[in-house]
Amino acid sequence: MHIIEDGNAAAALGVKLCRANVIAAYPITPQTPLTEKLSEYVESGEMKAEYIPVESEHSAMAVCIAASSAGARAFTATSANGLLYMHEQVQWAAGARLPIVMCVVNRAVGAPWNVWNDQQDSISQRDTGWIQMYCADHQQIIDSVIKAFWLAEKVSIPIMVCYDGFLLSHTFMPFDLPDQEKVDAFLPPFRPAYALNPDEPASLNTVTLPDVRIDVHGELAHGYMEIRYLLQEELRASLAVAAEADKRFTEIFGRGGDPYIEPYRCDDADHIAVGLGSLTYQLRVSVDALRKEGIKVGVMGIRFYRPFPDEAIANALKGKKGVIVFEKALSYGYEGALASDLKSALYEHLAGTGRLPLVQNFIAGIGGREIRTDDLTQTLRAATQSRIAKEPTWIGLKL
Amino acid sequence: MNKEFIEIRWHGRGGQGAITAAKIVAGAAFAEGYAGVVMAPTFGTERRGAPVMTSLKISRTKIYDLSPIETPDIVVVLDHLLLKEADVTHGLKPGGIIVLNTPMAFESYHFKNFKLATADITAISVEAGLPHGMVNTGIIGSLEKATKLLGIDILIKGIEEEFRTRKPEKNSLAAKIAYERTVAGG
Repeated sequence: MHIIEDGNAAAALGVKLCRANVIAAYPITPQTPLTEKLSEYVESGEMKAEYIPVESEHSAMAVCIAASSAGARAFTATSANGLLYMHEQVQWAAGARLPIVMCVVNRAVGAPWNVWNDQQDSISQRDTGWIQMYCADHQQIIDSVIKAFWLAEKVSIPIMVCYDGFLLSHTFMPFDLPDQEKVDAFLPPFRPAYALNPDEPASLNTVTLPDVRIDVHGELAHGYMEIRYLLQEELRASLAVAAEADKRFTEIFGRGGDPYIEPYRCDDADHIAVGLGSLTYQLRVSVDALRKEGIKVGVMGIRFYRPFPDEAIANALKGKKGVIVFEKALSYGYEGALASDLKSALYEHLAGTGRLPLVQNFIAGIGGREIRTDDLTQTLRAATQSRIAKEPTWIGLKL
Repeated sequence: MNKEFIEIRWHGRGGQGAITAAKIVAGAAFAEGYAGVVMAPTFGTERRGAPVMTSLKISRTKIYDLSPIETPDIVVVLDHLLLKEADVTHGLKPGGIIVLNTPMAFESYHFKNFKLATADITAISVEAGLPHGMVNTGIIGSLEKATKLLGIDILIKGIEEEFRTRKPEKNSLAAKIAYERTVAGG
């Protein structure tokens, strides 16, 4: 059944369909309507879950860590400075291998204070050991939340489902609301291999020594380094599990495709624009306009940012003349994080083949600065014609 | 007007319900077979009484561009006093339509290059039994009369669904009366 709602409602409905057991959240614009909706579902009895209002984002994640450790399906959501305040617990959740799902409703970080959209908040959490998915419309938001719980619980790694604040969170558009029966068929109840139990008290993730040791059962226990190595290995292996999630989802719901990337008019393109989130759909309009002028250009949205699907991306970009990266965030002091990641993937897979494309980097929409489609089209046209002078180049700057 | 892709900008005041009105029209358009409907409020600093805007794009195909409307086909103005506070015709296409809630006579306005439609929605809504100042359902009747966009029946259905727990008949009656009484220029 199709409904017309905003992006926050799409996320909340997804969490409800997934029968999350515990929700702990602290309100922050533009995430607030999402957690308000969930609290209403719990209050009205539509959703049988524990809603725990906390005094901060740090506590929200702490509650999710405790709930997930006890075997509950846990959810939270935040934005911007809320996510930054949560950062210590974000790292902890990944190290503890807890399958928490969190929506990050992308917003600029302070200072100066700003409530509008860019993606600096979630990009700054790139290296925390979480899986990161990015959404371009409401269908992707609700579907990603459902896939995220399945995948997180399969690989015991937490997942951020990221979507653009206001542009998606507060904008209304139609999307298909999946049937509860189908979601239940896709997502079985959470049954962790180990869960805290009052009958058998235990301490989790206490001081773990630099070296391995014999534990109380007389078995060789991992040291810190082994535990962290396994997080990396299993994050990399989760790429294949994500493909399995997408296949299962497609079988049940009849929609899906490539879980990592979303190419548009890329097959015969000489130049490909790359980005994350709703900007990649706006770029489709620019691509269509430039195709009418005879410029062979396409756009590729990256749906899965961590673990980075480097091989799939390099395969899609090999032999192209140019890759034009548009980002709403940057690694201050260098360039956009995605641009660096792309160059690394291209070098790794294509160096020496003579098929390495030129990579150019543009920064746009910082702090909610309006991104005009005509400006995107002009930038894209210029980037296909000659190399930009200074990288990264900021679009729409008024200096 | 090109009915494949239509852009409507709504001007109201915070609390007047412009977003709800646009959402009702969006739902009706989707039900009528427009696969793409995107309704985006302007974000950030809304407060009661202050001028607010909402963009509604309607398309036969999925909409990928979420950027604000620059050249609307139609502007809907929920309060005639906004004409003094905001440039409501900014970017309006030549021959574009202005739908205006006003107690003043149609003849008292002179918009060059645009088509005007007026009705006293504030009075009509009271007549329909709604509290004073509730104008967001009545204005939908005027919009339909001025544009012949979707047909009044599907809009009435949408209003009654949206307000199913809050005086659905009075809200739809306001739209029906407004549809009858709207004065639209050629």
